[in-house]
Amino acid sequence: MAAASAPSVDTPRISTLILQRKTLAIGLAIIVAITLLAVLAPLIAPYSPSKLSIVNRLKPPSSTWFFGTDEFGRDVFSRTIYAGQLSLLVGAAATALAATVGITLGLVAGFFRKADGIVSRIIDAMMAFPDILLAIALVAALGPSLATVIIALGVVYAPRLARVVRASTLVIRELPYVEAARALGVPTWRIMTRHVLRNLVSPILVQATFIFAYAMLAEAGLSFLGVGVSPEIPTWGTMIAAGRQYVGQADWMTIFPGFAIILTVLSLQLVGDGLRDLLDPRLRKDL
Amino acid sequence: MAMSTPNADNHPDALADDIVLRAEDLRTHFIMGTRTAKSVDGVTLTVRRGQTLAVVGESGSGKSVTSLSIMRLLSHPGRIVGGRLLYRMRDGGVVDLATLSDKRMRAIRGKEIAMIFQEPMTSLNPLYTVGDQIMEMIRLHEPISRHEARIRARRMLELVEIPAPDKRLDQYPHEMSGGMRQRVMIALALACNPALLIADEPTTALDVTIQAQILDLMRRLQREIGMSILFVTHNLGVVAEIAHEVAVMYAGRVVEQAPVHDLFARPRHPYTKGLLACIPDAKRDRAEDGTRKMLNPIPGSVPSVLALPAGCAYAPRCPLAEAHCESVPPDLLNASPEHLTRCWRHELL
Repeated sequence: MAAASAPSVDTPRISTLILQRKTLAIGLAIIVAITLLAVLAPLIAPYSPSKLSIVNRLKPPSSTWFFGTDEFGRDVFSRTIYAGQLSLLVGAAATALAATVGITLGLVAGFFRKADGIVSRIIDAMMAFPDILLAIALVAALGPSLATVIIALGVVYAPRLARVVRASTLVIRELPYVEAARALGVPTWRIMTRHVLRNLVSPILVQATFIFAYAMLAEAGLSFLGVGVSPEIPTWGTMIAAGRQYVGQADWMTIFPGFAIILTVLSLQLVGDGLRDLLDPRLRKDL
Repeated sequence: MAMSTPNADNHPDALADDIVLRAEDLRTHFIMGTRTAKSVDGVTLTVRRGQTLAVVGESGSGKSVTSLSIMRLLSHPGRIVGGRLLYRMRDGGVVDLATLSDKRMRAIRGKEIAMIFQEPMTSLNPLYTVGDQIMEMIRLHEPISRHEARIRARRMLELVEIPAPDKRLDQYPHEMSGGMRQRVMIALALACNPALLIADEPTTALDVTIQAQILDLMRRLQREIGMSILFVTHNLGVVAEIAHEVAVMYAGRVVEQAPVHDLFARPRHPYTKGLLACIPDAKRDRAEDGTRKMLNPIPGSVPSVLALPAGCAYAPRCPLAEAHCESVPPDLLNASPEHLTRCWRHELL
């Protein structure tokens, strides 16, 4: 408390704030590592993910094949990190789509009374279906491909964001400063983006992190069930699906991609939790 | 355009030159299913150029709904169901705010008519700096660069007597006190030089010292800029400080409008008289022997806006009421050329 140093009025640096929160720091570290592995897969992978070697089929993990080999003698480690590319891409793209659709619907529903009834009922109806079931139905309707998986997951998770955005919009819309902005002639779209959306950045960010995790999990589920991307393309889901038949002889074929899913989803959940704490001023301890 | 001449032929009801805003029989109702709350039910009032009209009344008398109606900021299910709101634009044209399109209304808000609210603590967006918010406002209405807008914003802060305006421009609302924030709100409202400022209880949330400073500031700005002010309040002390004219509201109607001195000297409506008698006065309320006299409240309570009486809304509480008062609602009568009252028996006062 003594005035040894001049009182610092600077706000703490973002890096300090993140490092102060263990869960957030650990989650971010893992997700960054996984992303790097996936992105740099061509440089890191010891073998091509599709190189067949019938001689070396179903070999257990060793120094030659870190994660063993599969039924065609392909290196499971190389395939796992390559599969990360696709799994992360699907997760990110589905989240981006869900965010775009969800935020738009949520803002419209929160802002316009007449639209609210319709939009909210649609959201309720969509949320009544289990995620995977709705995604399967959508993929079946659109025909399986990478794009349709992304679209299906984006559509399935959009209502979650729409609900969060709508609820917060209803509150913020009535705040005195929004009314004051109206009284000074600020047009509605500008109030929506500048005054309302800006206030929603933290709940949206937190929710989007969770949706990222759900979408990755759902993609793996779809691929496992054979309704996702084509089985030749390595994703964690297709790898587990392929390994299922050999789970007695070569459990490494399922364990490692399964572990990759667990680690990614866990790290995203940690990030989501950490962000929620960081962005909620009531839970901040440094002030 | 014909609208630009003050006495445009296409507008038979053009306002007299010195009038900025005239509400004529304004009716704003809140329709909820089968029930209708007649919050504003026949408000007639006049705001003159460069003058302050204070609108006084108790909670629920419709004064805030009147100001929101003028700004057309009523929230659902409130709606203007009748009457006119004639407003003289700065270019001299006269428009009826009650029927103007939303788009034209938006151009009027902020530029022609600005409004400040009761809650300075929450009327500014906490996420943007004060400078950002003033600049946004200026650039919405005028095509000028960020740099020019910032210079204007700085000048506005100087105008409302905020010290160290350069520093304040880059501060967030939470770094300021309530009084400072209300000054910022005033700067924001005046940034585009509106002809009419609607102030809805702007000093109610402030302590008395700051209240006096803000009132001083508003008086000074009015003198310098020449704007008109519609000042909504329930504080008769504030009215005496700032108003040129006063409109007293009761149960959704203006029951009396008069120059401030006339009103305080000789109220011509029994409700106004009752209100004035309610003001505690340290000297007057102490009897000769030093014991305190009781306050003089008005007996009874305000009728519900859901079920207004057929005749004069004040009749049930009025000491002068007679049978006629309870059946026929009084017209706005001239007690003197400048003194309007809605009382059949005003001559007795």
